[in-house]
Amino acid sequence: MSWLDQIFVFLGDKIAGWFPASVQPLVSAVLAIACIMAVFGTCFALTTLAERKLLGRMQNRFGPNRVGPCGLFQPLADGVKMLTKEDIVPFSADKTLHFLAPLVLTTPIWLAFAVLPFGRHMTAVNLDAGILFFFAIGSTSELAVFMAGWSSQNKYSVLGAMRAIAQMISYEVPLVMTAVPVLMLAGSLSLNDVVAAQGTHAFGWLARWNVFTPWGLAGFVLFLIAVTAESNRSPFDLPEGESEIIAGFLIEYSGFKYALFFLGEYLGLFAGAGLAVTLFLGGWQAPVKGLDWVPSWLWFGGKFAVLIFLFIWVRATLPRLRLDQLLNFAWRFMVPLALINLLVAAAWYWSGAWQFAGAALVRWVLCAALFAVPCHWLGRALRGPLPPPRKYSYAE
Amino acid sequence: MSTPLSYYLVVSALLFSVGLAGALARRNAVLVLIGLELMLNAANLNFIAFWRYGPHAERLTGLMFVIFSIAVAAAEVAVALALVIAIYRHRHTAQVDRFDSLKG
Amino acid sequence: MPNEIVFLLCAALTLGGAVAAMTMRNLVHCALCAACAFAGLAAFYLQLGAQFVGFAQLLIYVGAIAILIVFTIMLTRGGDIQPGVSGASHNWWVGLSVAALVLACLVRSIMSSPNLLRLPPANVAAPARKIGEALMNRYVMPLQTIGLLLTAALLGAVVIGLREPRHPDTNAR
Repeated sequence: MSWLDQIFVFLGDKIAGWFPASVQPLVSAVLAIACIMAVFGTCFALTTLAERKLLGRMQNRFGPNRVGPCGLFQPLADGVKMLTKEDIVPFSADKTLHFLAPLVLTTPIWLAFAVLPFGRHMTAVNLDAGILFFFAIGSTSELAVFMAGWSSQNKYSVLGAMRAIAQMISYEVPLVMTAVPVLMLAGSLSLNDVVAAQGTHAFGWLARWNVFTPWGLAGFVLFLIAVTAESNRSPFDLPEGESEIIAGFLIEYSGFKYALFFLGEYLGLFAGAGLAVTLFLGGWQAPVKGLDWVPSWLWFGGKFAVLIFLFIWVRATLPRLRLDQLLNFAWRFMVPLALINLLVAAAWYWSGAWQFAGAALVRWVLCAALFAVPCHWLGRALRGPLPPPRKYSYAE
Repeated sequence: MSTPLSYYLVVSALLFSVGLAGALARRNAVLVLIGLELMLNAANLNFIAFWRYGPHAERLTGLMFVIFSIAVAAAEVAVALALVIAIYRHRHTAQVDRFDSLKG
Repeated sequence: MPNEIVFLLCAALTLGGAVAAMTMRNLVHCALCAACAFAGLAAFYLQLGAQFVGFAQLLIYVGAIAILIVFTIMLTRGGDIQPGVSGASHNWWVGLSVAALVLACLVRSIMSSPNLLRLPPANVAAPARKIGEALMNRYVMPLQTIGLLLTAALLGAVVIGLREPRHPDTNAR
């Protein structure tokens, strides 16, 4: 079934073949860009609908189900609403920065999809330092948040922007540090090499994904938490909370500019989820050897959808964190754990040379304990002492 | 690659002089720091251009220097900006021509 | 030809951003134009084939240093422009003439050296693996020193930035 696996590559080469040879690289690049924008734009629309319906179901109610069958045209209605709303710019706002901020937020995030391997031979740009490109692009979005907050000339806006930037730079440290053990053990910064390093099989049938190792599992969880915080998503959505700071740096934005911010936030989430799939879940590879016949892009899409569902589930379940709780969690729990994860990954690599009987089990237990004990201690230190048990006094 | 080396060096010299002019002529301490950063960046551009156009590019000497230079610049900016904030707390101004007495 | 166009675009972005950063009145605009100049320089590094350094420049300069500068402008109330105070110091022409002199010296020495008109050797590659090997073998001492330097800078910045206690007799700190 390899023709189905490579169908997009084949179609792309066919279309590029219609053009003269001098413009063929340009045409294939434009095709890749158009595909990514179409796919992830549709994904954005479907995710807004899926989020509302899933949130509704988890809260024991239906989501939107009026517009179209099962509410499938709801994103269209939302789009029409956003486009036809009046675009209000405050009188004393800095007009240039106010206009540029949504663009500066959204444009770099589209760039981040260029290095993700969506399937076998389906990476748009195979960069040698791919993951560094990804993190560099992600860090430019913080400046756009500041531009949005400051240009609105509104005290709540500036305060919200400062909080959002503090949150984003705090969680960027664990984000990068949890990705480092993966790069260390794959031996390369290129994402295609990272996927290929997870291509071998243990026991002959189970793929050696990074998530099936102790450091990989811990790193996966930490990475997902950091991605949730980086894209300002619940439970880390204090910067845009309606009841705390009246939507923070987004207060003075309405209509299409607000829709662009929304798009930028969701695209950041998609890029983070795609990177998590690539780094920890083996990219486009099947988990067991027998399921190789399913096309690689379908595996990527499936894992991606599971992660998005996980993000929506977490949003429905956990309450919002306060700013000091958020920052304490980043600096006093996640950063030390990410460093310890690096040590555990190194220990895993060196203990790979053990050859005695039961070595695999001992290795797993030892590395897991090496991570779990500091995790427990740090968690206790963060939580602090519990209050004494309550004394209830009843009216006689 | 068809641009000769001197083009890059001229751009680097222009950037350096713009940074120098700003660092010497502006009043606000933060702008002096931005000028300083532009000067450091001009030197980095020089290093990378010479690495690329030089004879032993596989030794990566210019690249290594720039990596360390970027790290040192980051450390220096952090400390310098903390200093500016600390001085602002005492003097309630960030203009460099007001920092004219040694009395804390 | 496309190489020349890319070079001119990057040069325009970098130099335009730098000149704007040094001449604008509004401090926040200056900081954002400086970030633009840093991004232009990252484009230069990518054009010269130094991928790792280009992305590191984006990550560190645009993603961290520009944000630090912006935070400092916010915390030192630089965002409010006082109407009477001019942005330039009262003998700004001295700085300008010194910079022009330096520029003249540099450009003269560049133009007078015929060796600098050379074209680059083809196929120069700087894969991240080579950089990693160099950092671990030949440059391991500078790497450790940079670690020490960054730790010292981190601690120093935190200590300098701490607020002093208002009343020395309370042990609030």
